[in-house]
Amino acid sequence: MSRSAEENIIYDGRIRMPYKWAAGKTSSFFLTQLRDHAKIWGTRCSLCQMIFVPPRKNCPRCVTADTTWVELPPRGILQTYTEIHFSEPLLQPLEPPYMYGVVKLEGADTGLTHFLGEVEPEKLRSGMRMEAVFKKKEDRCGLITDLLYFRPEGGSGS
Amino acid sequence: MAQRVGIIGFGQTYHRSHRDDVNGVELINEAVRAALEDAGLSIDDIDAVVIGNMDHFEAVNYVDTWSVDGSGAWMKPLIKLTTGGTTGSTLGIAGYHHAASGLFDVVLVIGWEKNSESDTTGAIITCSDPIFDRFSFSGALPGLAVEASAYIKRYGIKEEDAARVAVRDRAHGANNPYAQLQTPVTVEEVMLSPMLSWPIKLLDICPRSDGAAAVIFAGERKARQLCSQPAWVHYTAVRHSHAYFGDVDYTRLHTLEAAVQELYQNVGIKEPLKELDVVELYQPYSFAGLKWIEAMGLCKPGESPRLVWDGVTDMGGELPFNPSGGVICTNCIGATGLLRIGEAALQVMDRAVGRQVPDVNLALATGFGGAYWSDLMLLGRRPW
Amino acid sequence: MTDVAIVGMAQTPYRRRRDDANFAELIYEVSCGALQDAGLEVGDIDNFITVSNDFWDGRTISSMAVQDACGSSFDGGRNVSTVEGDGTFGLLYGMMRILSGAYRTTLVVVHCKGSEGNMRLITNGMFDYIYTRPLGIEATGAAALQARRYMDKYKLTEEDFAHVSIKNRGNALRNPNAQLAASLSLDEVMASTPIASPLKLHDISPISDGAAAVVLAHRNVANKLGRKPVWVKGIAHCSEAHFLGDRDLAEAPALRDAAFRAYQMAGIEDPFAEIDLVELYDAYSYMEPLWFEEMGFCSKGEGAELTRLGATAFDGPLPVNPSGGVLSAHAVMVAGLARVIEAALQIRGEAGERQVEGPVELALAHGINGPCGQSHCVVILGE
Repeated sequence: MSRSAEENIIYDGRIRMPYKWAAGKTSSFFLTQLRDHAKIWGTRCSLCQMIFVPPRKNCPRCVTADTTWVELPPRGILQTYTEIHFSEPLLQPLEPPYMYGVVKLEGADTGLTHFLGEVEPEKLRSGMRMEAVFKKKEDRCGLITDLLYFRPEGGSGS
Repeated sequence: MAQRVGIIGFGQTYHRSHRDDVNGVELINEAVRAALEDAGLSIDDIDAVVIGNMDHFEAVNYVDTWSVDGSGAWMKPLIKLTTGGTTGSTLGIAGYHHAASGLFDVVLVIGWEKNSESDTTGAIITCSDPIFDRFSFSGALPGLAVEASAYIKRYGIKEEDAARVAVRDRAHGANNPYAQLQTPVTVEEVMLSPMLSWPIKLLDICPRSDGAAAVIFAGERKARQLCSQPAWVHYTAVRHSHAYFGDVDYTRLHTLEAAVQELYQNVGIKEPLKELDVVELYQPYSFAGLKWIEAMGLCKPGESPRLVWDGVTDMGGELPFNPSGGVICTNCIGATGLLRIGEAALQVMDRAVGRQVPDVNLALATGFGGAYWSDLMLLGRRPW
Repeated sequence: MTDVAIVGMAQTPYRRRRDDANFAELIYEVSCGALQDAGLEVGDIDNFITVSNDFWDGRTISSMAVQDACGSSFDGGRNVSTVEGDGTFGLLYGMMRILSGAYRTTLVVVHCKGSEGNMRLITNGMFDYIYTRPLGIEATGAAALQARRYMDKYKLTEEDFAHVSIKNRGNALRNPNAQLAASLSLDEVMASTPIASPLKLHDISPISDGAAAVVLAHRNVANKLGRKPVWVKGIAHCSEAHFLGDRDLAEAPALRDAAFRAYQMAGIEDPFAEIDLVELYDAYSYMEPLWFEEMGFCSKGEGAELTRLGATAFDGPLPVNPSGGVLSAHAVMVAGLARVIEAALQIRGEAGERQVEGPVELALAHGINGPCGQSHCVVILGE
């Protein structure tokens, strides 16, 4: 508790609650493929044929149409990017500065948002060819962060 | 232009304690598909989407924008409402006004919850005022226990009387393939079930469910075009008075009394027991099935046990309650109030397979939640 | 369309911290203010819409905090509901409830005390928990991705966006309710602390504490009250896809859709010519030209240039955010209704020092919801 100059009482609180989110069968397949094989899969709508990454059980556009699995190469085109400078230790999995980007994998109609690495921020350009870098197999555990980051294709951009 | 509104479709998931096979967005999509199929519509026929749940149960902020992939709201008008336990009925009422306003003709309303994903009590506790109430508010159950014990003290009601309510709803749930709990129980089983918070025992109270419901509302012209027997919305009334739990008078459910008074006065109901044909009561625990029917004016305070033991509220009785099995059989909180509306609609439309009350003209759906708040929606076979 | 009007309104000053008031007290302030402004008593209000967000409030069933304060408990209780989203959506629903014939007056209230929570955690919460939240993305990181895409596609620069900050923070000097007001120079904006490239400190709105309220009335009531009603001539809302990668962040088709339906309702054919003033939701500097273009005021990519030329300046042909906009005051969820109130004040001629020149007969107000303006609500107000 603290008091401001005008005698307004401020009460400190924190809501701490556990959650157990079901990824669902569809995302579980995606995440286990990522974990066990370092593979990235998308889903194709049986009606409109759009390919979505992350995968969707139903097509977001057609809504009542199911989707089927499509394996995608772990590389694609950088759509946009940013370098994060602010610090929020309660939230950030990495220490700033670090980078996010949206990468549209080859064959997919949507982009995947993830970290970017092994590249100087000034070298980043939309349209760059990027490739996925995965954690070592023993470190992968079925989370989206089993994918470490995307880096410029063929090694670091310099 | 204002228009009259009818419900033309209803879909729901098969409610379970855990749906680990789907995430929230996918659960929502199941109900949406079911409702569209029920109404014979495609997502293109939907003009607006209304959605809601209780945020802290899944810890998703801005659920409306998060769930568009499942709700079908991509490139559609979309809005979210949330009012705690009354969320589902609040949503239904919003769906009604969307169409009644004339701004939209066909409105998809979705309520959902994945209660398995959180500590329900922990999450509900955050509804209380952090300065004055949070230290003493320990979840929905103890509050209801206070209500029940106040009621017992005032009128000499027996725990067995409440158990008879639970027996009724569990028997009804056996007729509902969507209900989470579909096995009947006896008064003795209820009385022997573990005490949770006196006088409420395990079989007196609702389960926690993962489930979703979707109801399609349509303006009159479209409703007549698309549906041979819509469930016409006659009236809605809501009271969300009380901001602190200490403000509540636990001997009476004031909000329900006030809401039904407004409803009866405006639609001209003088003898609700006779004039209503079926009630889907948002009744999270058995004692409410006694106390709150008194609040509805069906009998004098303290006299509800007689009504219940006489079978008046059973299927086949004068005024059946919860043919679906009600909240005691299924409680996916953000959907629960909307399930009441959907089930009441099925009754009016004569489509409540396996649980149909004969000759339904007027069906009342209620919502409950928050600090003892009440919502009502009255549906009828003919337009109001 | 002239069946519903705003007949009363009030907003609190937007400040970094309102330690002197809790949610209920802020709502009471603006409920009383709006009623007084309308010349009505709480007993004259048929129904109430509260607007709040459970995450920002740290309370599930966040509406509970304000039932007494907004008046819904009055006289044994009145009909009430709660929207979770920007205040403009609350206005929309409040209006529907009058158009449906159920009620003749609606009091819409909205509050947010950004100071009481952690904005990063709270906005991280709006992303899906499987693919996006674990990355630590929140509103500003996402906005930065949008800003970069917009810049790349339309060949815009950080300087272009800086001009928006300069204009709006400068406009805020005339607005006693604004939290941040300053005469910024281009150098100052460009040199401000990098937050998430290309966004720097002065490109980003603050997070404020505040509340706002409007009284809506049906024509039959509005025309009998003392002051000139401000009519809602058109209103529409629309959402696009959720995953950032599902969208082309340089486009806002949901806004375009909502804006044109609102124009249709209002009988507007040439927005730039017919609309006198715009209050749009510029949570970040780049959003102003982006939204401005999608509202049909100019072609894609031209918004920044028009800003540089002064077309949207306080004394320009189409002033945008003469109040200082969201860049100058951002009580989340309140900010969209604040845009409505600012536009309405201008129509009434009551915007004091920030009143623009010339009659304001038609104005556009705008609110957003979800990441990077995923969902929009457009309100056309007129005399």
